[in-house]
Amino acid sequence: MIYRTLFGAPGRRFGASLKELEEMQQRMDRLFNGFRDRSAGRVGVGAGVFPAINISEDTGAYYVSAELPGVTSADLEINVTANQLTLAGERKISKEAADARYHRREREAGRFSRALALPGDIDADNVKAGLADGVLTITIPKAEKAKPRQITVQ
Amino acid sequence: MSETNELKVREKQEVAPSAELTKPGPVFTPHVDIFETDNSLTLLVDMPGVKADDLNVDLRDDILTLTGDAKPSLATPGEKIYGEYETGRYYRQFSLSEVIAQDKIDAKLSDGVLRLTLPKVEKATPRRIMVQVD
Repeated sequence: MIYRTLFGAPGRRFGASLKELEEMQQRMDRLFNGFRDRSAGRVGVGAGVFPAINISEDTGAYYVSAELPGVTSADLEINVTANQLTLAGERKISKEAADARYHRREREAGRFSRALALPGDIDADNVKAGLADGVLTITIPKAEKAKPRQITVQ
Repeated sequence: MSETNELKVREKQEVAPSAELTKPGPVFTPHVDIFETDNSLTLLVDMPGVKADDLNVDLRDDILTLTGDAKPSLATPGEKIYGEYETGRYYRQFSLSEVIAQDKIDAKLSDGVLRLTLPKVEKATPRRIMVQVD
């Protein structure tokens, strides 16, 4: 009996513990990556699609912001469906005088388009967007049914 | 560069300043375009989130310093649930090789882009020196 518990099917036990170890290692990796990202205060470029966005939420709405320097509201198109937001547009860089000699060109012009799915249902009719100082802020109210409801205990 | 290429996301470049900072927070290098014409030097600097009051342009001893603080009040309310970029200070320095007419510097900020025009000092009219032959 004792023999069987200690040495019975040693191969299987060994295999199981290896798997457990692997799982633990993965969990540790995830944990440490999480810590590293948080301590640096960043999540990285994320999806790798222009523009980079930040999203925050409170009980009533989601807030999406993006840095779009040099983009005017006329060059920007925002569409919303049930729970998806599409952001598309073009960044134009004004043409300079013909005799201008460039020393540095780091700013880029071009088209962009990004779609993002929001975690809950939204009130698509009341989405508001503002563009100020090159920063786009979109306020997306949550749908009534997606809002948290406080239940009073009788 | 074609006008209709797809824009790629570029991570903001964070700089490690030479001197220790007194204020916490990240410092970024803004992207710039610099071009020159016969009578001026123009800089276009991307500084999203910076208001005119928080922008500082300084030129002394041929060193041009641009500093801009993105106001944290521009950040969205509520609890952050997803983040791809950070806001903070923009800082960049240039050493100018041209002599600039300091009193005619023009700075405009629109849609988060600073346009800085630095007029060159008009060169003294060339004088021809006649060599006298005795």
